[in-house]
Amino acid sequence: MRDKNSAANVLRIATVVCLVCAVIVSTAAVTLRPFQAENRETFRQLNVLKAAGLYMEDMDVERAFQRVERRVVDFDSGEYVDPPGGFDPVRAVRDPAQSNALSGDPAGIGRRTHYGEVFLARSEDGTLESVILPVHAYGLWSTMYAFLALEADLKTVSGISFFEHGETPGLGGEIENPRWQQDWVGKQVRDPDGDVRFRVDRGATPEGVVDAEHRIDGLSGATITSRGVENMVHFWLGEQGYGPYLARLETRMQTGEVL
Amino acid sequence: MAQLKTRDVLLGPVFANNPIALQILGICSALAITTQLSTTVTMCLAVMFVLTLSNFFVSLIRNIIPSNIRIIVQMTIITTLVIVVDQFLQAFAFQLSRELSVFVGLIITNCIVMGRAEAFAMQNPPLISAIDGLGNALGYSVVLLIVGFSRELFGSGSIFGVQVLPLVSEGGWYQPNGLMLLPPSAFFLIGGFIWILRSVRVEQVEKEPFEIVPNTRTSPAF
Repeated sequence: MRDKNSAANVLRIATVVCLVCAVIVSTAAVTLRPFQAENRETFRQLNVLKAAGLYMEDMDVERAFQRVERRVVDFDSGEYVDPPGGFDPVRAVRDPAQSNALSGDPAGIGRRTHYGEVFLARSEDGTLESVILPVHAYGLWSTMYAFLALEADLKTVSGISFFEHGETPGLGGEIENPRWQQDWVGKQVRDPDGDVRFRVDRGATPEGVVDAEHRIDGLSGATITSRGVENMVHFWLGEQGYGPYLARLETRMQTGEVL
Repeated sequence: MAQLKTRDVLLGPVFANNPIALQILGICSALAITTQLSTTVTMCLAVMFVLTLSNFFVSLIRNIIPSNIRIIVQMTIITTLVIVVDQFLQAFAFQLSRELSVFVGLIITNCIVMGRAEAFAMQNPPLISAIDGLGNALGYSVVLLIVGFSRELFGSGSIFGVQVLPLVSEGGWYQPNGLMLLPPSAFFLIGGFIWILRSVRVEQVEKEPFEIVPNTRTSPAF
């Protein structure tokens, strides 16, 4: 037998093992991608429903999602748009032509796409129940992704669901905690003039403060994550985010337009 | 080496030579994923798959692996198998794969997998190596399932997500033990398991490596 420890043999074995393994891994990744993509889409829908408070254990997500309408919004004008070929948020983020750099970037996200998704959840008879906005911002270690649902008055939070983040488990990671997310329900994030008014406290919100409806409890041991969450709400409901859209929507509601 | 009996190779690691209880290997994952039985079972199946096949493939090419890169070759094979498992979970058990998050990937660093590849598969033919891998995975699973069962039952009052002990918070009588949901409880349970096992099988108790002699004489350091 040849010397198996010769340099030539080391190279040969290393190359063959790497090639074979690479082929196996790529085959698995490529053939399973459609299933994974479908799972991710269902997971997104599930979180939209969760934010809107429509989710129940073991429900058929796809069927429940039929009550939710997806629209695409131009952030600057606040109008609905219908881009030819549809709008893929994942692709838009990667395409520099579809986004612009932010000047003054409180949410720490660098760039914002020109368009964004909104989800409109309706009751059985078709009246608008809640508007669900995908939002994200940088926390301590990672970008946190969430859906923020507003009631039809466009001021009251009807729910939030953080579904992707890499914050410290047990500290910042508690943004996933359903009990903390429950604290959001019913809070006012915009004042009657439509300005963003929202604060994540340090620790619990003190008893009896006048603006308690604009404040939620902070997460202890997670100051920077909490600040990130606060910035997220300010950015995405503000002028550079969904602010113009929400303002447009409000005027259209006042004029009695059916949405 | 005497001829290895299939039965001993397969069932030996379950109690007689348990990789967790006797060799204290691979307990890291036991802490993280045993709060629920569903994740525990998934993890056990994943480890079974990886350990059996990694032992098989390493053994298959054991005679041509150059000894100075053998660890890297083993790691490459193990990593490939783990990635395949992870991809499958993401495709067909999405919720579970989210709950297991990084811990599927961390099977790569599970000492049992590399330990068996290096200690057994490098010296033995493929079939018996695969059986050894399966046996060790079974030994790992026994411990994990016991831990997972106890943690879910006493920590959340349920088994496989089905409520068996009605919780106080939902109008029942059972006050869940919150400690069971925290990682240290897995240490207590594994410790308890090792204690019971070694009380029954006294031969597993390790001898004191040395005896401490009482200090009778003082002397300068140098």
